[in-house]
Amino acid sequence: MNTHLKHALPAWVWFTGLMLVFVILYAPIQSALVFSFSADRFPSLDITRFSTKWYAQVFADARVLEALKNSLTIALSTALVATTLGFAAPYADFRFRFFGQRMVLALALLPPTVPIVVLSLAMLAFFSRVGLSGTVGAIIVAHVVVATPFAMAICRLRLEQLPQEYETAAQNLGATPGQALRLIVLPHAAPAIGAAALITFAVSLDEYAIAWFVGGLEQTVPVTVLNTLQGQVDPTIHVIGTLAFAATLSLVFAAQLLLLRSTKSHKNKEVSP
Amino acid sequence: MSVLSAKLGLRRRGWFALWAAPLPVWFALFFLGPMLLLIAMSFWSVQNYRLTPDFSLSAWTYVLSLDFLWSTFWRSYGLSLLSAVLVSLLAFPASYAMAFLISPARRLTFLGLALAPFFTSYLVRIYSLQVFLGEGGVLPQLFHSVGLSGASLLNSYTALFLGHATLTLPVVLVLQTLALGNVDRTEMSAAVNLGARPLQVLRHIILPAARPGLTLGVLFAFLLSYAEFVSATYLGGGVFQTLPILLTDLIRGGQQWPRAAVVSLLMMAVLLLTSLVTVAWAYRQKGN
Repeated sequence: MNTHLKHALPAWVWFTGLMLVFVILYAPIQSALVFSFSADRFPSLDITRFSTKWYAQVFADARVLEALKNSLTIALSTALVATTLGFAAPYADFRFRFFGQRMVLALALLPPTVPIVVLSLAMLAFFSRVGLSGTVGAIIVAHVVVATPFAMAICRLRLEQLPQEYETAAQNLGATPGQALRLIVLPHAAPAIGAAALITFAVSLDEYAIAWFVGGLEQTVPVTVLNTLQGQVDPTIHVIGTLAFAATLSLVFAAQLLLLRSTKSHKNKEVSP
Repeated sequence: MSVLSAKLGLRRRGWFALWAAPLPVWFALFFLGPMLLLIAMSFWSVQNYRLTPDFSLSAWTYVLSLDFLWSTFWRSYGLSLLSAVLVSLLAFPASYAMAFLISPARRLTFLGLALAPFFTSYLVRIYSLQVFLGEGGVLPQLFHSVGLSGASLLNSYTALFLGHATLTLPVVLVLQTLALGNVDRTEMSAAVNLGARPLQVLRHIILPAARPGLTLGVLFAFLLSYAEFVSATYLGGGVFQTLPILLTDLIRGGQQWPRAAVVSLLMMAVLLLTSLVTVAWAYRQKGN
């Protein structure tokens, strides 16, 4: 298809553009990795010596470890709740007809359109009113709002691929609603649920604005990074960055693989009979 | 019998509510609640350094009469619009390559790689850029070695733009590639068979067909850049005072939350208006 189509510019121009954006996207990530192993305090092109001393320093830093503990608690709880909500709503939408159905979906897609600073102020004001500002719980509740739309989009796409008759057929054959869900819908949606959990975990792990405003003294890893950005050059940021990149990139790639493999097997099933 | 069926109906309703209720309840409490509070708070007053529920227009009149608010407002708007257009232009060749020059199987891999950075530590990537561009950093060093000035590149629009690109490129690349990938190939071949030159195919077939997606790319880049305060602070270095910076200062500064709420609502109104106009334009019928 593409071979006989002539392009307005020679192929190398388009490919140079492609390379350029990937350099812009991945150079900052790669530089964090390289500089995290440089022994020099000031990152520059001529690295004198490689060492792992900044890693040792990070792992000995009680403040960072405390932040890491907070981050993991928050991300894990967020992933759990956001995935549950992000599956329940599209499932209800898929399975039932009810009043206000479209409004629920619209409501759930609103948070990403609100600037994160604005949302942070709203959350901070809200949690101060109810006396929960400065707690890990408040960050979790707010992160669920931010992360659920991602989970919902992923689960909804997957549920749309399941013919609706399967579940009703199972129930006509005597399955209870619970059995139909467990035996028909859940196995089909499992890859999407897994991917949603990974993505929501990554979203929460990375979120800095709400955590900064609402968290008070309870710092998460991105908030410690934000505080360092305001201060002096600090080589330990490269270590934290490298670890953060490794964690979130693996989560996102794992999620993408899960979704990709499930759509492929879905297509094969359609073709084979 | 009727008791049994009533029980059954109740059970069915319970089963339905179990799935339909959680998300609306959570979002009503913890999303609509805070957002409505934000609106209410813009009418509250600060008395003896204490936030007091009230119906007062003092925060509104104060904020709206500030000269620097309006200059900040237009600067924010202009800078993010400029970045949105430039990022879209920067992304276009790459999206074109992914849509037309790469096989569909590989396209997914590239799209995955392009999207992944969106979910990885934005702050650390900004720190990396700070190190790259700052005095004695990688780029000034490179420039110096080829005989150019080795001065710091921070606190310039270039630095701010790179920050915006870091944030928005993944989204723009995905939207553009999907838009270009959906362009009708038979229409393109037909145009070629009728003697259209490649540039004409691009201008008269590809760009009009992909317009909604390309426009959405500009819109999302604008929305993200407009709401962003990290690049503006740490790469633009305060040279570019933007609304989100003003807002963070107001919030962190203490008790002037009603004023912060007013600025927030202004931002939301502008975003909403811009989105509506852009979407209407993107999906407008040909020939209108």
